[in-house]
Amino acid sequence: MATRRATEVVVRALVFTCGWLAIVILAAIAIFLLTNGLRSIDEVGLGTMLTGTSWYPTSDNAQFGFLPLILGSVFVTGVALFVSVPVGIGAAVYLSEFAGRGFKEVAKSVVEFMAAVPSVVYGLIGVAVLIPWVRTTFQLDSGMTALTGGIVLGVMSIPTVLSISEDALHAVPESLRQGSMALGNTRWQTTYKVVVPAASSGIFAAVMLGLGRAIGETMAVLMLTGNAAVMPTSVFESVRTMTGTIAAEMGEVVRKGLHYSALFSVGLVLFAMTFVINLAADLVLERQRKRWRR
Amino acid sequence: MVNALNVEPRTTAMPTLVMTGRENDTVVAADASGSFTLSEVSVAYGRDLVIEGVDMYIAPRSVTALIGPSGCGKSTLLRCLNRMNDELGNVKVGGKIMLDGQDIMGKDSDPVELRMRVGQVFQRPNPFPMSIYDNVAYGPRTQGIRKRSELDDLVEDSLRRSALYEEVKKNLKKHAFELSGGQQQRLCIARALATMPEVLLMDEPASALDPISTQQIEDTIAELKASVTIVIVTHNMQQAARISDQTAFMLRESMDEPAHLIEMSETKKIFTNPDDKRTESYITGRFG
Repeated sequence: MATRRATEVVVRALVFTCGWLAIVILAAIAIFLLTNGLRSIDEVGLGTMLTGTSWYPTSDNAQFGFLPLILGSVFVTGVALFVSVPVGIGAAVYLSEFAGRGFKEVAKSVVEFMAAVPSVVYGLIGVAVLIPWVRTTFQLDSGMTALTGGIVLGVMSIPTVLSISEDALHAVPESLRQGSMALGNTRWQTTYKVVVPAASSGIFAAVMLGLGRAIGETMAVLMLTGNAAVMPTSVFESVRTMTGTIAAEMGEVVRKGLHYSALFSVGLVLFAMTFVINLAADLVLERQRKRWRR
Repeated sequence: MVNALNVEPRTTAMPTLVMTGRENDTVVAADASGSFTLSEVSVAYGRDLVIEGVDMYIAPRSVTALIGPSGCGKSTLLRCLNRMNDELGNVKVGGKIMLDGQDIMGKDSDPVELRMRVGQVFQRPNPFPMSIYDNVAYGPRTQGIRKRSELDDLVEDSLRRSALYEEVKKNLKKHAFELSGGQQQRLCIARALATMPEVLLMDEPASALDPISTQQIEDTIAELKASVTIVIVTHNMQQAARISDQTAFMLRESMDEPAHLIEMSETKKIFTNPDDKRTESYITGRFG
């Protein structure tokens, strides 16, 4: 009896620690980014960095404006959403509402495999296929553009959007479909009038998580966007994303220098953005879960 | 030829709606019919025959109760009447089912049209995640009714017929999930009534509800049978005795053989003087 109680206490403590560990690690990351970025925040100022339009970290009169990088990420991510949202949601609707069981199983494993392919492989395919295609199709001087990176990133985030949307559609009670069809609706009418609206919050969360996935991706965009850190005006221009900047420049900076510190501040901005996006997605998903728990 | 998608029958049906001056105004569609004739109906799940040889006549504007032990195919037979079995994939229905003399399983019969004439209320309330108004207007909108005033009238009439109107009239925009279980079920009845069906199928509509809500549903059924044919599956024999005009007793005597219709006649006769020994043992509670 006593040993059983002891085991209980130990296991509970262990689980408790693991639960809190995730939160502690997250907080530690935020603090780490902040302390390392403190010098740049101190010397340049957070406001100046966030609104600055030039990123010349190595010139004599060094400029640390994040706006070209933030816009670079926004442009690439925007293109990615154009690809991943329609394809991901469309495929999820098909798999959840119309596909036969056999095809559904096969398709789901293929999608899982898509998620497991390393991003550098997507990058390679992009370099070999997409860069020349973008250059000739849109008659550009260079095929390395926000569009190129965005398309590949979109393909890469399809699995996220698809599988979470599919979960949301799957969670819609069968009784609602039956109810709608018993009122003389076809399967397709039922899908767009009842099932998709009922799953809308989950689908929204899927889009947010796909967005989070796209905005944090580094390698593929580094290989495909040309990495010119200038203010972009269209998706047909070369851009440099926040992630790309950190990855490309971190190897060449003086440790603890201003440039080093500024890169940490870029990381902090990125961290804050993905944190908010994921939080929003989680809140929406939780609301949906509560809704069907009846 | 009655065509549920055609607006014609509706506009001719509307003026015949009679408002009786009672507390809950009851709408009576005087010219609606809604009789079912089943001959030699059998149902198979894949290769497994579950119902065999059911002959049945369901009189218009009456309440018919289907009773029998769990797994005797009551719900399956019910779903034959609006062809909801079609949606289950590997279900085969044999024999002939006629609605007002029209073969509902014929090649030119459309299940989508059929379901507007034969509504269904399910075991658990399943309102759509939208407002009360939108729930009730869902079917009519599918039928192509867009005019606001027409929808308003239909929603109000349907809610009155299901005896929910007085409780919700102040706020039809309220989300359906905010209603109680019993109210949700009456909302589902209103939703099914809004397409002006001739027949309403009810699959244990009160089994998930408390006694007071059950009472309200039963009262609603009693009011409704003046205007629609009702076929109700129930596990509750007192309920069958209280509300139905005819009762059909189904039984699957072993898992190796399909279910049969043992006996069907006036409810009073089934519960006082059944012809079949098995019916008698079931209603006296010896099994099931």
